Amino acid sequence: MTTLTVPGRVRVPRKYVPVLVTAGLFLAMFAAGGIRYEGFATGQIILNVFIDNAFLLVVAVGMTFVILTGGIDLSVGSVVALSTMVAATLLKHGWSPWPVMLIVLLIGAVLGLGMGAIIHYFEIQPFIVTLAGMFLARGLCFTIDTESIPIDNSTFTAFAQTRIDLGGDMWISPSVVIAVVVVIAAAYVLHYTRFGRNVYATGGSEQSALLMGLPVARTKIGVYTISGFCSALGGLLLSFYMLSGYGLHAVGMELDAIAAVVIGGTLLTGGSGFLLGTVLGVLVLGLIQTIISFEGTLSSWWTRIFIGLLLFVFILLQRLFSARSRR
Amino acid sequence: MTAFLGPFLRHRLFWPVVILVGLLLLNLVFTDNFFHVEMKDDHLYGSLIDIFRFGAPLILVSLGMTLVIATSGIDLSVGSVVAISGALACLQISDLGNQNSVGGVLSAVGVALLLSLVLGAWNGLLVAGVGIQPIIATLILMVAGRGLAQLITQGQIITINSSPYKLIGGGYWLTVPFGIIIVIAVLALTAFLTRRLALGLLIESVGGNAEASRLAGIGSRAVIITVYTFCALCAGIAGLMISSNVSSADGNNAGLWIELDAILAVVIGGTPLSGGRFSLGGTVLGALIIQTLTTTIYSIGVPPQTTLLFKALVVTIVCLLQSPAFRAKVFHRRRRPAGAPPVAEEKVRVSA
Repeated sequence: MTTLTVPGRVRVPRKYVPVLVTAGLFLAMFAAGGIRYEGFATGQIILNVFIDNAFLLVVAVGMTFVILTGGIDLSVGSVVALSTMVAATLLKHGWSPWPVMLIVLLIGAVLGLGMGAIIHYFEIQPFIVTLAGMFLARGLCFTIDTESIPIDNSTFTAFAQTRIDLGGDMWISPSVVIAVVVVIAAAYVLHYTRFGRNVYATGGSEQSALLMGLPVARTKIGVYTISGFCSALGGLLLSFYMLSGYGLHAVGMELDAIAAVVIGGTLLTGGSGFLLGTVLGVLVLGLIQTIISFEGTLSSWWTRIFIGLLLFVFILLQRLFSARSRR
Repeated sequence: MTAFLGPFLRHRLFWPVVILVGLLLLNLVFTDNFFHVEMKDDHLYGSLIDIFRFGAPLILVSLGMTLVIATSGIDLSVGSVVAISGALACLQISDLGNQNSVGGVLSAVGVALLLSLVLGAWNGLLVAGVGIQPIIATLILMVAGRGLAQLITQGQIITINSSPYKLIGGGYWLTVPFGIIIVIAVLALTAFLTRRLALGLLIESVGGNAEASRLAGIGSRAVIITVYTFCALCAGIAGLMISSNVSSADGNNAGLWIELDAILAVVIGGTPLSGGRFSLGGTVLGALIIQTLTTTIYSIGVPPQTTLLFKALVVTIVCLLQSPAFRAKVFHRRRRPAGAPPVAEEKVRVSA
């Protein structure tokens, strides 16, 4: 019982079912929106979801790595905020943009590396360590400045305003290109490299991975470093999007990232899930916001309620599938 | 000397106590009369009382969280429950013809607490009935709950002017702030239920191994649902306190991140996230450390925006000191007499 027959009489391996459900939901939401609202069913709407959520996509990719090993990273939102803050401050002091980006990425990766090392070597729960990391990064933001710092550097504004035409009145921003590159690179690492297999093995059972002689230490510290790096990159994309650095940017983004990963069918216990699912999860979250803005009369808090409901439905589905496959 | 100090050094609550005392002494250096408690207008005043008073909601939430964590669960939704309960109570009171009527306030409080119980039971059912991982099961309510709270307040901040309601979070009774009395009552009740009756033992056994407890004839599901309901009730009371203290309900910001503070308090207090044992005293100590830290930062004149930085620092230090792996690596287990009690067998680690 490793396959499931779907109505189309195609046999699909069970591990793809959650991702397919998410994809089906995304298509259904898109179709429903297209029927209900005029001017909804265009390619640009989907591209807009990408444009508005490029940073979340990158952050969620990093989160996928961590969750696949069975860990969790609560610090991503504040690392994103710290990145916008550091970038804005350094640019204000007249630094040129490329070294700034390099430093920001380095800070994110080093923070992740540090948290990963503490989690692995001192055996403290990821939840607590990344929580401390979250306080640390937010605290650093407010230590730098409590006010919002505008960014007027020409390179950053170019990133913000450039439109890449795709033909047929459709366009994307450079951030989307970066996000897509990150997704492809991450998918390659996760599915075609030794490191990726170690990630799945560690998440499946750390004990077994250790007994098999896999480099568990390197893998665990590696995923947190990747998550830190992705958060910093997400922070850069957010500073392109917002053109400002602010300590209150991306409050609660860790929840959105975790929700996207869960809706994408990745198990929080680790060891099972796909990057494509995470991409679909981010798209579903983005589409909910789009639909609510199209509806016009619904207030913003309905977004949260809908995301909560969706989480509930997906977790219930996952539960059903995993319960059936165990039998 | 070492032999004399040994039992103290090995006590679970040794490091938290050291940190708390250290923080208090630090205050003494920077603030005159820090330990001074005086009577003014029949009310107790003083920095120590303030720490208790402002820390009361956190202590309450942490108490509930302790029991949940003892069953190897976690409840991320307490912040949302805090917001919902405050919002609902304030909404009903603002609809009252006479906001000072005790009956009206009592019924508002009752309805708010009832809703908290329902929300807690929902969490418990998801965890015990459906079998969802606690962290995700409560994530649902954490995300949706903020939306619900804003739905109740319609995105506004509801302000009320009700003296009976004000008593809960900002009033005094028998010279003591009423919030402290509530905390002591809840603490005493919890301690009685868990340490004098079998409930505590049941909770610990479920936390140790839920399946084994079920086979041993313990109603694991009922125990789990009970602790989540209790946790939400505590959060609901804390929500009433917070909204009553400022006489308003803010669906967006009330109780924001209190779940993280509460989990920290529990962990600092020596209750492991993997469950199986818990320490109520440790939790109170942990919550007091967090509150004292905040007070200290204000009193020694560090810019308030660096509060989080200090919090991160203290959390890291406390957690590192409590981590057996850290102590083994850094102190090389120098003080280890031959006849030392065997280290408790380590459970299969559950990443939270």
